Amino acid sequence: MTAPLNLPCPISPDDGPVVLLGHGGGGLLSQRLLQQVILPALGTTDGVLLDAATLKTEGGELAFSTDGHVVRPLEFPGGDIGSLAVFGTVNDLAMLGATPLALSLGLILEEGLPLSTLSRLLRSAAAAADRCGVSVVTGDTKVVEKGKADGLFMTTAGIGRIPAGVSIGPRAIRSGDVILVSGDLGRHGVAILAAREELGFSTSLASDLAPLHGSVQALLAAGLDLHALRDLTRGGLAAALHELCRDAGLGALVHEAEVPVHGAVASACELLGLDPFTMASEGRFVLMLPEAQAQEALKLLRRWQSGAAIIGRIGGEALLLETSLGVRRPLELGRGELLPRIC
Amino acid sequence: MSGSPPHRQRQEVQRLLDALHTETRRSWTLMEVCGGQTHAILRHGLDQLIPPQLELIHGPGCPVCVTAAETIDRALALAARPEVILCTYGDMLRVPGTGPSHLLEARANGADVRVITAPLDVLAVARSHPGRQVVFFAVGFETTAPATALLAHQAWSGGAQNLSLLVSHVRVPPAMEAILTAPECRVQGFLAAGHVCAVMGRTEYEPIAAQHRRPIVITGFEPLDLLEGMLRAVRQLERGEARVEDAYPRAGAGVGNASARALITKVFTRCDQHWRGLGMLPGSGLRLRPPYDALDAARRFPSAARPDTDTDTDTDTDTEGCISGLVLQGLARPDACPRFGRGCSPERPLGAPMVSAEGACAAYWRYRERT
Repeated sequence: MTAPLNLPCPISPDDGPVVLLGHGGGGLLSQRLLQQVILPALGTTDGVLLDAATLKTEGGELAFSTDGHVVRPLEFPGGDIGSLAVFGTVNDLAMLGATPLALSLGLILEEGLPLSTLSRLLRSAAAAADRCGVSVVTGDTKVVEKGKADGLFMTTAGIGRIPAGVSIGPRAIRSGDVILVSGDLGRHGVAILAAREELGFSTSLASDLAPLHGSVQALLAAGLDLHALRDLTRGGLAAALHELCRDAGLGALVHEAEVPVHGAVASACELLGLDPFTMASEGRFVLMLPEAQAQEALKLLRRWQSGAAIIGRIGGEALLLETSLGVRRPLELGRGELLPRIC
Repeated sequence: MSGSPPHRQRQEVQRLLDALHTETRRSWTLMEVCGGQTHAILRHGLDQLIPPQLELIHGPGCPVCVTAAETIDRALALAARPEVILCTYGDMLRVPGTGPSHLLEARANGADVRVITAPLDVLAVARSHPGRQVVFFAVGFETTAPATALLAHQAWSGGAQNLSLLVSHVRVPPAMEAILTAPECRVQGFLAAGHVCAVMGRTEYEPIAAQHRRPIVITGFEPLDLLEGMLRAVRQLERGEARVEDAYPRAGAGVGNASARALITKVFTRCDQHWRGLGMLPGSGLRLRPPYDALDAARRFPSAARPDTDTDTDTDTDTEGCISGLVLQGLARPDACPRFGRGCSPERPLGAPMVSAEGACAAYWRYRERT
């Protein structure tokens, strides 16, 4: 062979001129879109981004959240866009410890969507709201031409009441806090990938879609000092831990062997070259609280989900994963694109 | 529930590690050829557990990394045509060509680019869209070549008029030969890619082992597989042996798959191929042979498949110091590069091994603490 060739490739166009699908994946690209485009344009300077905003009123604190839903297919094993839209916003409110008070529902309908499908999905949303003890009190409907939407997009916004004395957020995280997850990871992401029938695999798994306010209220009712909560939606556990640690200014050590992942999720990720830590759940959250309360929190969480587990501890400066072989390495934040590997 | 399969059991791993530490008496360098193995080694932290005198160097075994930039330019040119649906594997979408653009951006700009996991799915896409031209951008080593060959055979037999292939398959043995004949070569033994051998068997590796006096151990991808491969390679080196050995018998890698090989021979012929980072390697590529060459995208779209070479490269890119060519040949470790983490990252890759999901630089970036 001749002398070694050095054929560098050009710079990545991640800072390029257009939005990529990966910008919506909850990973690194999403963070960059927020920090570099969205927040500067809106004039928002607070670097700490929560699932919901806190509004101070004379009657106490309210949580306020909004969430867009663009899931494909509209109906999937374990749920549909209607229940997802309701639970998604209720869960964002719950991550501040809030009880939902009212929801709005915005519909963008694509020309050609069967009315029977729309009715079914709206009934599902109503049943989900009923389950959460909340009503849809206002809304809006728009219709776009065929091909301009994926059947149906739903946007929900919600207001919830934060109990007096409760202040949950990354700034409350302390070194030594224990990290728990409320159940096993990634079922929703894998169920959706399988339902799309594009990647040539099937699974018996259903989405883990579920409302989380009940379990959070049970933790609060037990008098536990919840420092931070984050639901594990887009970007999965990895994105949640990266954001919380960044905003807390602290590191963490997570033990891979303790992180609950269902065998079918692990197998699907292995097959596709994806990371279960970056797969979305829609009925799971991560919790940080003082070590002295960790076992009680775990016992409570397991009443809701048997897979709840203590997975690590806050501390140090870097977010590290201790592999099942005992080696420590950085816990990677996914980029946000789910691109199956070739081999 | 843990998701940790039995073959990752820590006890068994420890047994192999103990044996490796006991039996590695001198300094040795092994190259794992496959990018999947590189990532598994770093993801599980095996590189930090093996004896310090056993050095692993990372080979060019990522088909995405080594696909020529000019070939990606062709894929981009094809994808830009309104009548084309371009199908390929997921991790090809992020790799830029000679300019800054990649297939993800092309898709964002309106190109119909679809991720497939099995080439035969492309047939279904072609049948569902009779008014469109469906192009399969086929990359990969011998692992994925049989599936491409099957697609070509079925498309040709069925008379598919709207399906063509942009083929950029590469063969492992010529790359191993190129590495071994380089004057700076430090590789004393190879971990051969189990997936490739599950198709090709061991026959092509026998003359390489004999001629270059290097042990070649066919190895799998789990921690236990990798440690077993390393242990067997070390044992051979310590004894002064240089054989092809199968440490991945559960994949049938010793004998390979005769039907798959027959398909490759039936549909493809060998050709000289340009590798990103390695240059032109004689006989290292596969191209469609008659009559299947009727499906060659270069025939169906002569202008798009052979774009103007005066490509608009990004002149703002500062790639000075990037040693991706050396990394791809196993002559340097990613963290030895002066640009590693200093202007080069998966977000701003200067070299192919940082771009691909399986590139060695990307693996170091993901799994190693950076100072």
